[in-house]
Amino acid sequence: MSAPILSTRGLTKRFGGLLVSDCLDFDVITGEVHAVIGPNGAGKTTLINQLIGELVPDGGRIEFEGRDITELPSYRRALLGLSRSYQITSVFPDLTALENVSLAAQAHDGHSFGFWQPVSREERLTRPALAALEEVGLSTKNHACAAELAHGEHRQLELAMALVSRPKILLLDEPMAGMGRMESESMIKLLGSLKRRYTIVLVEHDMDVVFALADRISVLVYGKTIACGPPSAIRASIEVKRAYLGERYASN
Amino acid sequence: MLLLPEALSLRSPRVIAGALFLLLLASVPLVSEAIGESYYVTLVTRILIFGLAAASLNLVLGYGGLVSFGHALYLGIGAYTVGILSFHGISNGWIHLVVTILLSALVSLLTGLVCMRTSGIAFIMITLAFAQMFYFLGVSLKQYGGDDGLNIAQRSDFGPLFSIQTNTGLYYLAFGLVATTLYLSWRFVHARFGRLLRGTNSNVRRMRVLGFPVLRYQVAAYVISGCLCGVAGLLLGNFAKFASPAYMYWTVSGDLIVMVILGGIATVMGPLVGAAAYVILETVLSGYTQHWMVILGPIIVLIALMANRGLYGLFLAWEAPGSRNSVS
Repeated sequence: MSAPILSTRGLTKRFGGLLVSDCLDFDVITGEVHAVIGPNGAGKTTLINQLIGELVPDGGRIEFEGRDITELPSYRRALLGLSRSYQITSVFPDLTALENVSLAAQAHDGHSFGFWQPVSREERLTRPALAALEEVGLSTKNHACAAELAHGEHRQLELAMALVSRPKILLLDEPMAGMGRMESESMIKLLGSLKRRYTIVLVEHDMDVVFALADRISVLVYGKTIACGPPSAIRASIEVKRAYLGERYASN
Repeated sequence: MLLLPEALSLRSPRVIAGALFLLLLASVPLVSEAIGESYYVTLVTRILIFGLAAASLNLVLGYGGLVSFGHALYLGIGAYTVGILSFHGISNGWIHLVVTILLSALVSLLTGLVCMRTSGIAFIMITLAFAQMFYFLGVSLKQYGGDDGLNIAQRSDFGPLFSIQTNTGLYYLAFGLVATTLYLSWRFVHARFGRLLRGTNSNVRRMRVLGFPVLRYQVAAYVISGCLCGVAGLLLGNFAKFASPAYMYWTVSGDLIVMVILGGIATVMGPLVGAAAYVILETVLSGYTQHWMVILGPIIVLIALMANRGLYGLFLAWEAPGSRNSVS
């Protein structure tokens, strides 16, 4: 096993009296798809929020490529190569799809103290943005206003915004949330095509997706990892079945 | 098309209307001289000065979503710079301009760094508090007239080429500054900085996660806005030949916000349109009654309710029905 690209040690986060991350140790290895599953309220999104820097942990440390990033603000982490998508769509509704993605590209292309040159004519931003939209299969909607896109298209747009900076690690928070069957299938295909090209942390409820895509799975319950291993091992784990997968999987 | 920052035809209604509007403004002194009504020059000068101030506010309020309720502060800085320097015998306009910009930049940088730590209501209150602090500072300057204000004996001296000693000269300086500012803001809005600012307005947290160090850009926008408003204050001091703490009173900050909303928030032309509408309505209505605010109030409410982006928004809706693109 190679060294982890991203890891947490003793990560602790409290919301009032509620322990959402309970001395959490979590490792992501370069190139893997690492799924995080667990019941609602297990602290999956809270984990992502701490990894990306939107929440400051109460204790423990986070390391990225051997560097302590626990105190680093989120924009610095983004520039280091951490990128995320949101469970609840978080695009810029007033901008077009292309503008959304090229704005994401702009963050990684030097400073933004440009006052004269029209940004829509900046090849350095629009070229990678168009490529990212093509990659997620949204290139027919390049000039559509983000507010007018369908839900599934929002998820694709989110992914394009995360991909355009060629991140070292992608943190995907329920990329399939709220999608219809058809949309889900194309998203699974898309995520499959990203596998091996990106290191991915995938928070997802749909077990079929998780077992199809993940190299390793961490099961989170009450802010603690109760199991971590390859899909076959997790499938076999009785403890996990009881805690999360429910009767249907437990009886199989 | 190199002059236009967005994909617009030179023959589109927006470009033609904008050009006609500027042409109309440029001809005001000639026309008013021809009909012997010099009054119109001073009326439109007022519009241009407040249009410039409103345009500066619009950069942070409209595009950045930062509700500054203290922009009158910078009007005061500009006016008092002219007043105090002239009082001490320094009448060179270029020095006035440089000092105004430096002071505005310093004050907006320091207050901006404090304000940007907060957001929402707290931001509004802190910008208001800073402006009121400077208002009371103005009142307490007994040497410079205290709350009576300070007479400015002679307007800033910009040399023979840009002389503003006549009302027409001042008019053309104001007009030139407004036209330049509007064109530069049009470029600015469509450049990297403008798009970033609109992004922070929409979702600041998302912008940070995308990798933008948001604070420095917001402070920069605030400083640019403060400097522009300071220059409007310099014009106002020269226009009235008077510097008064009243320029910094919170109601003036409120008037500027009303102008931006009335004309069209987050549009390039909106603030000037709003300033024109406000000053003209004020002038006309106050001819009938001293309680003109009673009439102006409902008009503002009506426009705010009916037009998404104020008066200029009505024009944009007519130009391109159903279009959401209203940044210019």
